[in-house]
Amino acid sequence: MAKLETATDEAMLAEQVRQAFKTRTSLEIMGGGTKLTFGRPVEAENQLSVGGLSGITLYEPAALTIVAKTGTTLKEINETLAAECQQLPFEPANYAGLLGSKGEPTIGGTIACGISGPRRIQAGAARDSLIGVRFVTGEGEVVKNGGRVMKNVTGYDLVKLMCGSHGTLGVLTELSFKVLPNPETTAVLLLTGLSDEAAINALSAALTSSYDVTGAAHTSRGLDGEPVTMVRIQGFRKSVKYRSEKLREVLAQFGPADIETSARTKAGWKWVRDVEGFAKEKGAVWRISCKPTDGPKIVADLQSLDISNVLYDWGGGLIWLAVPEAGDCGASEIRRAVSNHGGYATLVRASVETRRKIPVFHPQAPALEKISRDLRQKFDPAGILNPGRMAPAEALELEES
Amino acid sequence: MSTIEMPAPDRSIIERRGEIIAALAEAAGEENVISDPAETLAYECDALAAYRCPPLAVVLPHTTQQVANIMKTCSRLGVPVIPRGSGTSLSGGALPTADAVVLGVSRLNRILETNYDNRFIRVQSGMTNLSVSDAVSAEDFFYAPDPSSQLACAIAGNVAMNSGGAHCLKYGVTTNNLLGVTMVTTAGEIVEVGGPWCDPAGYDLLGVICGSEGQFGIVTEAVLRILKKPEGARPILLGFNSSEVAGACVADVIKAGVLPVAMEFMDGPAIIACENFAQAGYPTDVDALLIIEVEGSDSEIDEQLAKIKKIAKQHKPEVMRESESAVQSDLIWKGRKAAFGAMGQISDYMCMDGTIPTSQLPFVLGRMSEMAKSYGLAVANVFHAGDGNLHPLILFDANKPGDQEKCEALGYDILKLCVEVGGCLTGEHGVGIEKRDLMDCQYTEADMEMQMRVKDVFDPAWILNPAKVFPMETSHSRRTHNQPEKAA
Ligand SMILES: Cc1cc2nc3c(=O)[nH]c(=O)nc-3n(C[C@H](O)[C@H](O)[C@H](O)COP(=O)(O)OP(=O)(O)OC[C@H]3O[C@@H](n4cnc5c(N)ncnc54)[C@H](O)[C@@H]3O)c2cc1C
Repeated sequence: MAKLETATDEAMLAEQVRQAFKTRTSLEIMGGGTKLTFGRPVEAENQLSVGGLSGITLYEPAALTIVAKTGTTLKEINETLAAECQQLPFEPANYAGLLGSKGEPTIGGTIACGISGPRRIQAGAARDSLIGVRFVTGEGEVVKNGGRVMKNVTGYDLVKLMCGSHGTLGVLTELSFKVLPNPETTAVLLLTGLSDEAAINALSAALTSSYDVTGAAHTSRGLDGEPVTMVRIQGFRKSVKYRSEKLREVLAQFGPADIETSARTKAGWKWVRDVEGFAKEKGAVWRISCKPTDGPKIVADLQSLDISNVLYDWGGGLIWLAVPEAGDCGASEIRRAVSNHGGYATLVRASVETRRKIPVFHPQAPALEKISRDLRQKFDPAGILNPGRMAPAEALELEES
Repeated sequence: MSTIEMPAPDRSIIERRGEIIAALAEAAGEENVISDPAETLAYECDALAAYRCPPLAVVLPHTTQQVANIMKTCSRLGVPVIPRGSGTSLSGGALPTADAVVLGVSRLNRILETNYDNRFIRVQSGMTNLSVSDAVSAEDFFYAPDPSSQLACAIAGNVAMNSGGAHCLKYGVTTNNLLGVTMVTTAGEIVEVGGPWCDPAGYDLLGVICGSEGQFGIVTEAVLRILKKPEGARPILLGFNSSEVAGACVADVIKAGVLPVAMEFMDGPAIIACENFAQAGYPTDVDALLIIEVEGSDSEIDEQLAKIKKIAKQHKPEVMRESESAVQSDLIWKGRKAAFGAMGQISDYMCMDGTIPTSQLPFVLGRMSEMAKSYGLAVANVFHAGDGNLHPLILFDANKPGDQEKCEALGYDILKLCVEVGGCLTGEHGVGIEKRDLMDCQYTEADMEMQMRVKDVFDPAWILNPAKVFPMETSHSRRTHNQPEKAA
């Protein structure tokens, strides 16, 4: 794979894509390079770096708005916001550790992969914070959608479509976000020793309370090897104190909760957010999205797999699973179990060979597959952008038949 | 006289009226088809009532399967379909043409599943917005997006328009609270997109369906996020003697890290109209009124309101009054939610819906009143200040020749101003026909081309709400050439 000269602005990038379109030369899009292994391996002739499109182009704290070029690092955005006591609502994760990659994640890569952290359950997903995009289509056209204001229903919402499309519908060049004030303080309620099922019931009780929970996670193997269940509350000091006491009452039926308010809470949620517990673990890693109360049921259905680690986030609605990298990495069983209950499973980490063999993204109903295929054809008619990354159904059907 | 053009109806369709009605009756049951011109008249317009046209026929199915049959029929016969919820669109989104069939979902109004543990409800799309909240209220849950029209508007229309509400500053708009839909495609296929879990397995199709203004498919069911009600909520009224100062106060509250659930703004004319209508206790001698609401337990509310009051004081408010009871709170909201009705009592009006960066608030308000003056029209402002979504109500006299045209021209100027300062044409009411011909102020040909390509995918023949959202010229070739073979 040859590296193209790094574009220094959007116009140059668009020209590079236009040339590639004309010559039918496929491109792998590269941001910070931390998530290149997320998805089916891309077989492209050239690599197109967006790293040269970097920098914050507008930041208005009083309007809760930030606009940044795609190659801006998450780090730079987080630091800029922190200086004004603000943050990205969706708590973007850094999967470099999980995926064993180096470098700094960029905002473009984070959005292309649609990655949301623990606060997703309360403040929405990456796509909910994203209010505007500029991108280059597979024909090299520069297109914008949405804008820099929070409420905008002018025309169709392509912003959401671009988020999580893994660079297969266009090359993102600039992104606008709605931001939120940093909470004054954080408290975490910790329960220990719960079974998965009891833990998820406890998290449901917390999430269906009035106390505005911003994080709800459970692991059967915390830092000291014991099950830990965590509920996070954030906001103004008095309010956090009040709500943690109230939640302790709500959770009393599941056991006594410790209330932790030290700086350690931050590390704890980073551990959940970045799936740190899985970084050193060998094997394949799955990410399952389901109804929270189905979480433990799905895991129970998978007893026959040799699961080495489980982490529940989003109150149980997000399950991380580590399994040995052998055979189909449990794909058929996992997907059957998930489909029985409702939801989907994504193979986030596996070897190149495995990701080539097994659909990384959950197969969808034929009608939805067709819509997705047709959309890609409209946005990238020559199929030159990150070809294969989202495991197009045709390719897989061919393999299966 | 109206100034927004609609395409001339296709005579070859109108000539086949009898055949089409018979086919609809077969698809959905005779009892669900309305073809008597006296009755189809009820569907001739939505809340943009200056534009009217009775449809060829109306069909009100009871089941998703019937919707599928209807779509198959209309696709086969090449008949345009106008999806309709409750007809409260302010942008002409549900406006029929004489050659179109209105497909109303009002009879699809059942709750299918309520799941408190997982915080969702699955409903048929004809249910009204308020009835969804009411259905879960006994368990102290609610559905957050609350358009002022919530008593009447349907979830179907909310999904199509991605509607907002007074409380969306904290809870987001429809798209942020929508988990899944069941949709009938133009080919009559029933598809389920999303579900009661987070985020999509592949492309975010749900994200692009929400807000597609009835141009992608007929939404028959929706999975909605429901939330536990906060322990309490309390609004505070702040009166200022200038809009600029009120705007600055809003900015400072946001900057201070307080995130109220709502920050509503009214200017002088709006305050007086609402007060006369609802006797909400609004001060009528101020130029700008803010309603700021915060939520939580009593002590949490006190904590937040203390911060807000401290900030407000720096801006020297004329009036600062906290609600002292549930009755007072209801009244304060009653005044705000009745704003459009109240204005309607004193004048004809058109409601604009642009959004601007909040930092531009003082400039835009000033510029807008200058522009109104130059047109010789009055404007009243009621809007969501926290997110910059303006609702200038332009007052006019429908009986006075030329007044409506003048009003529309001013409206266009105001919306262009919103775009110029970095905002957009519509924050929550949708483009419909009303802002269709302004789309090119905000979007380039290339921008619109990509949007239209998405419609090509969902509706290759452009039979759903065809003459809306895009300028007539821009969508012309698609509307006229993408037609399937018409039945002989
Ligand atoms: C007094 C008043 C106050 C309002 N306040 C607000 C407010 O605060 N916030 C706000 O956002 N809006 C507001 N609106 C606008 C309006 O109520 C919303 O746009 C609402 O969502 C429309 O819902 P409806 O069911 O009446 O839809 P309709 O008017 O029937 O249709 C709206 C659009 O949805 C499409 N549609 C309808 N049903 C379907 C379906 N089943 N599948 C696909 N497409 C469909 C239609 O074709 C049309 O394009 C207000 C309107 C009025 C009259």
